[in-house]
This record gives sequence, C-alpha cells and structure tokens, in this order.
Amino acid sequence: MLEKKAGKQTSQLQKFPSIIATASIVGPKEGKGPLADYFDQAVDDEFWGEKSWEKAESKFMREVLAKVVSKASMAMDALDFVIAGDLLNQCIAANFGIRESNIPFYGIYGACSTIGEAMQLGAALIEGGFAFNVACLTSSHFCSAEKQFRFPLELGSQRHPTAQWTVTGSGGIILSAEGDGPYITRFTTGKIVDMGIKDQNNMGAAMAPAAADTIYAHFEDTGLSPDYYDMIVTGDLGKVGKRITEDLLSSNGIRISKLLNDCGLMIFDSKQDVHAGGSGCGCAATVFAGFLYDRLKKGKLNRILFVPTGALLSPTSVQQGETIPCIAHAVAIENTKGVNQ
Amino acid sequence: MRETVMQYLNAFAIGGLICSAGQVLIDKTKLTPARILVLFVSMGVVLTALGVYQGIVDVGGAGATIPLTGFGYSLAKGAFRDVDKYGLLGAFTGGIRATAAGVAAAVFFSYLAAVAFKPRAKS
Repeated sequence: MLEKKAGKQTSQLQKFPSIIATASIVGPKEGKGPLADYFDQAVDDEFWGEKSWEKAESKFMREVLAKVVSKASMAMDALDFVIAGDLLNQCIAANFGIRESNIPFYGIYGACSTIGEAMQLGAALIEGGFAFNVACLTSSHFCSAEKQFRFPLELGSQRHPTAQWTVTGSGGIILSAEGDGPYITRFTTGKIVDMGIKDQNNMGAAMAPAAADTIYAHFEDTGLSPDYYDMIVTGDLGKVGKRITEDLLSSNGIRISKLLNDCGLMIFDSKQDVHAGGSGCGCAATVFAGFLYDRLKKGKLNRILFVPTGALLSPTSVQQGETIPCIAHAVAIENTKGVNQ
Repeated sequence: MRETVMQYLNAFAIGGLICSAGQVLIDKTKLTPARILVLFVSMGVVLTALGVYQGIVDVGGAGATIPLTGFGYSLAKGAFRDVDKYGLLGAFTGGIRATAAGVAAAVFFSYLAAVAFKPRAKS
C-alpha cells in the first residue's frame, strides 16, 4: 500500500518540503517586461561578458545558484543535491554551470517543464528522507535556443507569427525539510501526451492537451475542486495553447478560465513583439522564482497549482517529420501545510 | 528622367511583389524559411527555363534579379549559355559559372561580417 500516492499520478506529501529561497536572473528583454521588478537581476547584454551564448547561459545558472544559496543564508555545502536542466544538447548549460559547485548533481531534461520536474524530484528526495536541502535550477537563453532548435541568429531569418520567444534567464529555488513556507503539498506527475501536432512553431497548441491531461488528473486524483487554488499557472502555453487548455478542461467539466494564467503570457508585454509569448526552461522558472514566490510570501496568493509544460521534441525528430510529444507536471504550493488524507 | 523614375518604380514593385509572396508563405503556411529559400531559387530556375522570368527581369530589372528567384534565374541562364557553348556538359557547368562571383562574394563578405560583428537578438 502506497500511503502517499493518490490515484494514478499524484503524490500527497506528509513532510511538506518548504521553499525557503528563490533567485532569478534574466536577460535584457525580460528586464523590460512587466515582471521586471520581481527579478533579482536583469543583465543588459546577452553575452554577459562571455564569449558564447552557451557560456553565458551557464553563467546565468552558476550565478543563480550562488544567489539563491546566499538568499537562503546557507553555505553551498549545506545543499545535499542540485537538480538542474536546460534546453541545450546534453544539458550543457547545467553541466558547465554547476561544474564547480561540488554538490551531488542530477541533470534532468523535461524541456520547458524542467523546473516542475526538478521540484517534484527534489520534494520526493526530502519527503523520503534522502535530503535536507535541495536546489532546483533551470535556464534557457533565446540566442542559444534559436541555434539549437530553429536557425542560428546569424541567418537573420524571419520568425513565424505563432513562434514563441525563448526566455533568457535562469530561476532557482531551494527546497528544505524545514522552513516557514510556502510548502509543496502535493504534485501530479505528467504523462507524455502526443496529439499528432508537427508544427514546431505552434508548440502552445501541441502542449495544451498535456497541460489539460495533468490538471484533469490532479483534480481527479485528489478530489479537490479547482477553486481550492487561488491560481493555476501553466508554463508556456501562450495565448492559443491557454485557450485550448481551457476548452479541453471545460468539455470535461472542469472550469478554470478565471484561475488559469500562463507564465509565457505574464513575462512579456504584448508590445514586445514576442509573437505568441515566452517559452523555455527559464520562463516558468523565473516567473515562479521572481513573481509567484513573492506573491505567495506576501500572502497575495495562498495556494497555487504550478504546471510547467514541455514540448519533448528535438531538431532531429522535427526533420524526420515526427510529431511533438508533450508533458506537464503539476506542483501544488501552499502557504499552509494542510492535511493530505 | 521619366524613364529612370519608371525603372525605379518597376524594380520596387516587382521586388516588393516577390518579397510579399515570401511573407505570405511565412505567415500562412508551415514552411520554414530554409524551405522558402529553396522554393524561391527553384521557382526562379523553372520560370526561367519556361521563358517566363526573362520577361519579369525585362520589366523589373534588379527588382527581379536581386531576390532569391533571381539567383535561380542566373543559374538557369548560365546553364543555357554553357550548353550553347560546350554542349550538354554545359548544363552542369553553366549554373555554377554564372553564379560563381555571387557565391564567392557571399562567402567573402559573410566572413568579413563575422570577423567584425557579433550577432545578437533583435531587441
């Protein structure tokens, strides 16, 4: 009998790992967006003094780790694990960014859902008694992601109107067995959902069914009603994907249109010419670490369901004409520990 | 004077039409920029082979020869010329011969640009 498992996909925590600190550093465009005041730092040069965008992205991660550790007023070696990921081949932003930290490291890949995956794994490590403090970090960089997934910027090619804009930035959080909240109370692990969409310029539409699937499973497994939460916030569905998610859920009897928000829509202004909104591992991570954590800490939000979404494609799979498998992981974060049956 | 102005206007109109066709393809289809590039060059070759593109060049001048279709036009015209001169082998040599200056210049100036500038995101 698994006493902490509810339904097929949901884990109900009993030790309630606390999010004791967050940090976020973003690029120049994000630094001019509507959430600018909530980020710890906005750098005004995408290279950040490095020779390549990949090196710059690693620096984002390294600096976020240093910052979040110092904001938690702990020593680096008080961390039992770092769980980190990004969008580059072989996750090099994380591998090189964390290289000098000398902390046990898990590198993970969940595309733009990675921060949700990291929070779930970190919470499970703490819940299981394997760790006291775990850092979860992700990053993305517009320039390195364009090179990785679309075309090198040097080509100067036109962007498709429904293409999303990869967020330049990194967000990090520290989970701890002790702390005064907000707490991770339960989480729903996503399944891979592939509805046969092939267009990598329309990833919001591809990811929407995965988001709807996980959100539906969350309420099905827990028996909670959607308005238990103050906000349900997806990772980077954009306008089109958000609407599809609402429609899919409402046709299954779950109405969340008033609660639903999307990090990709929050981080940029519609005047910033970002087409369908922000995306990337850094999108959900920086919006959570910057804005949402602040709202939780100040009591403006007390219960949120954070649902980062990811499109699990690769340039090779796109060239070979494959469809786009997608995933979404839901993490419930609350200011009170609550009781899980 | 009037003739020169008309020439400019024609070049602007023809070049603009070709580029707006590309914009429509980007907005309304799932074609990637790389595929549109190949499509335009190939269209230039086909339209030149069918004898259509020469007429467009006669009216639009640089407005027709500068866009990607113009590269296809040069390839096809070069092939015709070399076939006349050297026989069937010219179909293989002519296109490259006719566009060699353009290709070499592209490599040379790209190199200079790469040395002098660092790419970054449009802000």
